[in-house]
Amino acid sequence: MSIDERSVESTVESTVESTVDFGRRHWRIDTARVSTLIPVRSVLVCAALVVVIIVAGLASMTIGAYDVNFAAVLGAVFDPSSDPDVRQVVLEWRLPRVLFAVLCGAALALAGGIFQSLTRNPLGSPDIIGFGVGAQFGVTLMMIVFELNTYMFKAIGALVGGLFTALLVYALANSKTMSSFRLIIVGIGVSAGLGSLTSWILISVSLEKAMMAATWGAGSIASLGFDQLLPAAIVFAVVLVGSLPLNRTLPVLEMGDDAATALGISPGRTRLAAMVFGVALVALVTAAAGPISFIALAAPQISQRLTRSNTPMGTAPVMLTGAALVVVSDAVAQLVGVPVGVVTVSVGGLYLAWLLAAQYARRA
Amino acid sequence: MTASLNARDITLAYGDTRIISNLSLAVPDKSFTIIIGPNACGKSTLLRGFARLLRPSTGTVLLDGADLHSLKPKEAARKLGLLPQSSIAPDGITVADLVGRGRFPHQNALRTWSRDDERAVAEAMDATGTTELSSRLVDELSGGQRQRVWVAMALAQRTGHLLLDEPTTFLDIAHQIDLMELFADLHREGTTLVAVLHDLNHAARYATHLVAMRDGAIVAQGDPRDVITEQLVEAVYDLPCRVITDPVSGTPLVLPLGRRAK
Ligand SMILES: Nc1ncnc2c1ncn2[C@@H]1O[C@H](COP(=O)(O)OP(=O)(O)O)[C@@H](O)[C@H]1O
Ligand SMILES: [Mg+2]
Repeated sequence: MSIDERSVESTVESTVESTVDFGRRHWRIDTARVSTLIPVRSVLVCAALVVVIIVAGLASMTIGAYDVNFAAVLGAVFDPSSDPDVRQVVLEWRLPRVLFAVLCGAALALAGGIFQSLTRNPLGSPDIIGFGVGAQFGVTLMMIVFELNTYMFKAIGALVGGLFTALLVYALANSKTMSSFRLIIVGIGVSAGLGSLTSWILISVSLEKAMMAATWGAGSIASLGFDQLLPAAIVFAVVLVGSLPLNRTLPVLEMGDDAATALGISPGRTRLAAMVFGVALVALVTAAAGPISFIALAAPQISQRLTRSNTPMGTAPVMLTGAALVVVSDAVAQLVGVPVGVVTVSVGGLYLAWLLAAQYARRA
Repeated sequence: MTASLNARDITLAYGDTRIISNLSLAVPDKSFTIIIGPNACGKSTLLRGFARLLRPSTGTVLLDGADLHSLKPKEAARKLGLLPQSSIAPDGITVADLVGRGRFPHQNALRTWSRDDERAVAEAMDATGTTELSSRLVDELSGGQRQRVWVAMALAQRTGHLLLDEPTTFLDIAHQIDLMELFADLHREGTTLVAVLHDLNHAARYATHLVAMRDGAIVAQGDPRDVITEQLVEAVYDLPCRVITDPVSGTPLVLPLGRRAK
């Protein structure tokens, strides 16, 4: 910056009060390369969620056939000299499950945030508009018809199935902007269709295959170990990095294509990227754990209310909310003795009923 | 007269429907250019061509000598802003946050909120009189207040050129004049403004360059005192009228003749 520019700016500054009242408190980072405002509330919410995830995760590692109390779990995790048998149970058998819960929750919640922002509708989550069912259909095809059962093949099946469904919904809804109620209605229809197609495949194959697919189809992370966690985590890391720019562009796109274009965003390209990354996030979870419903629907909304944000798209708090939801749901699932997907469906069903009622009340 | 924003022989179409054919328009630098014309004559379409919302099927729009549509979107957005006819305020967004969105083209992944951003937003809210509203929800504002907030967002973008599509529609007369005075101030401070306006008398009063359109073509352009005549208004709107001198501003004042006066 040249000297005279600086003097011009300082005169400008002296005439106008240069603090903007956002109605909330921020922490400011202002260095030569990085300058940003971080809402204090978001930081506190994130910190609280991290505590919930850690405590619920540790607690969930006490549950199981082999009795390990909370103190023993703590010892196994933090003290290398503790009982090796307990360490094996906790670290090798139970820890992957908790880490999977974190990963699945974070990925699904982010996918939900992306699609809800894209559709400008709290109902516009991949659970509802059919991409989840599409991914599930893709995995079923891979597992049952092509008999390819490794994570990468299932992930590819889920991705292709999800993207194909997205295209189908898009084409059937015949909507350019993705912000229409029609998209959601068409998505619900397509979900139902693909769901019954999946069932039809399952009843027309051998019982043994169908059982395997059904266990997966209930959405369970119980039997997953580090060898499944690693590929899923790598894919997740890659997709997450790719989708980081959406954190800034999607909220601008929420203002409509005209305003977004005027602000220097390419709506078409942004929507395409959001769609691909959103479907990929759903696919990487579906391939590993099967369908875990309602996290994508509920987490962005819960996070938005907790942080009092103006968009469902907020990478860090949204992912932490999703992770906390799945870790807690999984602990409950173990206590009750059902797959985690069953717990999220039950809790999520109630949430969906409430959401529909609230939306209906607003429209009426 | 220099014109860093100008359209050369552009054709604008929606699918196969041509709205504007081979139109050229040079927007004089530092002017307050106002486009008038009957409904559906293509005013918004022309503005969309200037705003990168509609790519010309033939011809080019130049900004500072470069093809506007081949500039990087963010770079273009630092030079040319738009107040769209309709925008969506996200649910639960506050005034300051919405105005802050105007800074998007100046930000990147590491600089999401600099002192410059803060200053630009504070000044934009000050200029539009929205500072007191800053922590209010946009949903809760009146129509006039909301329009001011959108204007503030466009101002925060700090562009040399600003396009406005019917910025005063739906506002009462006092709010209309308020906003027109604000644009006039902005024009005096050196921003080149291009606005679509329905009110001929406001157009005549505030424009430094007036463009009259009909059926996708420019019928006349220039100083409002030369452009606004009884013949032109009749030719553009099929509306017989008298034109007198506005006793307040000395600009032309259009008085439509009703059926009875004929
Ligand atoms: N998105 C669109 N798709 C197809 N036709 C359009 C679209 N927008 C405007 N038009 C048509 O283009 C013509 C010019 O519209 P417009 O530029 O909005 O007029 P004005 O702003 O002068 O009232 C109208 O006949 C209108 O129906
Ligand atoms: Mg128009």
